[in-house]
Amino acid sequence: MAEMPLNKQHAIVAEKEHPYKKRRIGTFVFLLVAIVLISLYSIITGSVKLSLQEVWEGLSGAKDSMLHTIVWDLRLPRTIVGIIVGMCLAVSGTIMQGVMKNPLADPGIIGVSSGAALMAVIITILLPKYILLLPIAAFIGGFLTAMLIYALAWQGGASVERIILVGVAVNAVIGASMSAIMLLYSDRVQAVLPWMAGVIDGATMDQAKLLLIYGIPALILSLFAIKHIRILHLGDDVAKLLGHHVERSRFFLIVVSTLLAGIAVSVSGLIGFIGLVIPHILRMIVGHDDRFVLPLSALGGGMFLVLADTIARSWFDPIELPVGLLLSFLGGPFFLYILHKRGKVRAFS
Amino acid sequence: MLLVSDLSYRHSESFALEEIHLEIKKGEIVSLIGPNGSGKSTLLRIISHLLQPMVGMVLLDGKEIQTLGRKALAQKLAMLPQIQNHTIDITVRELVEFGRNPHKRWFQSLDGEDERIIQWALEVTNLQAYEYRFLQSLSGGERQRAWIAMAIAQRPDILLLDEPTTYLDIAHQLEVMELVRMLNEQFGMTIVMVLHDINQAAQYSDRIVALKDGHIRYDGDTKKVICKAMFQEIFDIDVEIYYDRHKPFFVPIRKKQDFVVSS
Repeated sequence: MAEMPLNKQHAIVAEKEHPYKKRRIGTFVFLLVAIVLISLYSIITGSVKLSLQEVWEGLSGAKDSMLHTIVWDLRLPRTIVGIIVGMCLAVSGTIMQGVMKNPLADPGIIGVSSGAALMAVIITILLPKYILLLPIAAFIGGFLTAMLIYALAWQGGASVERIILVGVAVNAVIGASMSAIMLLYSDRVQAVLPWMAGVIDGATMDQAKLLLIYGIPALILSLFAIKHIRILHLGDDVAKLLGHHVERSRFFLIVVSTLLAGIAVSVSGLIGFIGLVIPHILRMIVGHDDRFVLPLSALGGGMFLVLADTIARSWFDPIELPVGLLLSFLGGPFFLYILHKRGKVRAFS
Repeated sequence: MLLVSDLSYRHSESFALEEIHLEIKKGEIVSLIGPNGSGKSTLLRIISHLLQPMVGMVLLDGKEIQTLGRKALAQKLAMLPQIQNHTIDITVRELVEFGRNPHKRWFQSLDGEDERIIQWALEVTNLQAYEYRFLQSLSGGERQRAWIAMAIAQRPDILLLDEPTTYLDIAHQLEVMELVRMLNEQFGMTIVMVLHDINQAAQYSDRIVALKDGHIRYDGDTKKVICKAMFQEIFDIDVEIYYDRHKPFFVPIRKKQDFVVSS
């Protein structure tokens, strides 16, 4: 009979570093390269195909050239908007899943999407002359709804269960109001449909710059969320015992997540799935540590939305599909595939 | 060092802690015992500021814990709650790092001093070889030691444990109890714990506090509290008390009528 180890500790080999370290570095490098390559792909793709050299000429060349117009005024803004919106959606989802401790949570739970959509419907259908205010109105609508749900859920503290339940009730009322308006003014519904499906078209360089101005600080702010998510993950009791202010962090996290989702929704309408799928896939690869999941989700979300948008506008020529529609079409089955695969490979979970 | 004075807490019609007065001295090991629902865990949760008392107060080194603030409290007092999140996907090291949280401002990261304390906590709990193992891959006893390592990385003066041995097999139970005793003897940590196993409480504590129906009924030296009358009053059972190396232990007396079998 083989000699048995006397003590379990003799049998195990002590690991010298985190078992996911290599995967984490690998994923980071992969996403970084992918986001650059896919951005380039999105710039060269379109009704006029460009070569890499033409892209370079467009970027650096004379201001009145056609290449300059295509690259600077049409393609680049759209790519920038896609990256930032994708980043905001994925990071917002990551935070919401962390704070709700539920892998299926997304900003929709706290009413950002429905609040923003209601405002979009009101503006486009009832107050079309203020259409230019749509992004800001959608943002305010989303943000106020989130705060309303949070306040209604408050009972000496806002528990996750209460937030979810109150969210269901408020979202139902908002959904009904939206349907009512759309039914009463069914002749004007056309205008709001693309927004509801999620689109990033007609982005100008000024819009892209504006988005950079408020999107980047919001994304930087989200880095401060990491510590809070990680400690809340230990459970409310343990977090409190470690001297942490649980309610304060939960509020902070919800505000940041709402801010990011609000920014995305205001620009591109209702784009689903990125906030859900991207963090989910990354957790399967790099584990649940938000120090890695959150920044990687930003890269993954940005890359994925640009890729999807490029496909949506170029592969179905002559029509341009709204990117949100494509994402939902592809995202659903893809998610099912991942779940199926995950059921087999337990090593990931 | 810890003083609970005239404390009352009401959770519902049927459950309340009343007129609790308890003083814990530095360097003591104190066990709270009592039947289910007697208020032991609730008392521990009030002492650790997880629950607010309705009347009375808890003083730590003469300062009221409410006004002390969570962070300052966590620098002096650590507690291991009964139910921890077992599904959490982190390594032993990451868990122990959290123990340094109370000593850090929000912008500070871990420094050499923290690293030294983390290594100390891993060493004391005999988990160095498990530093980069996932919590989920550990046995129940190892996992419990990892949570204790996190608590002691706070470098507390006083450590509260809520049923630290429940759900563990006997070998792991002893391992945890020995660890607790070692923390007390070598590092002078004051220990207050809720235990269900009264023989374990008798074996490892200097003092035993027995609760029933939200009142403290017995409070004193282990040898004095572990007596037939206490078991009769608190648990409503008859026992025989024996001694082994100056430590008392009890064996319940079978009630004959329970075993009458009609043939």
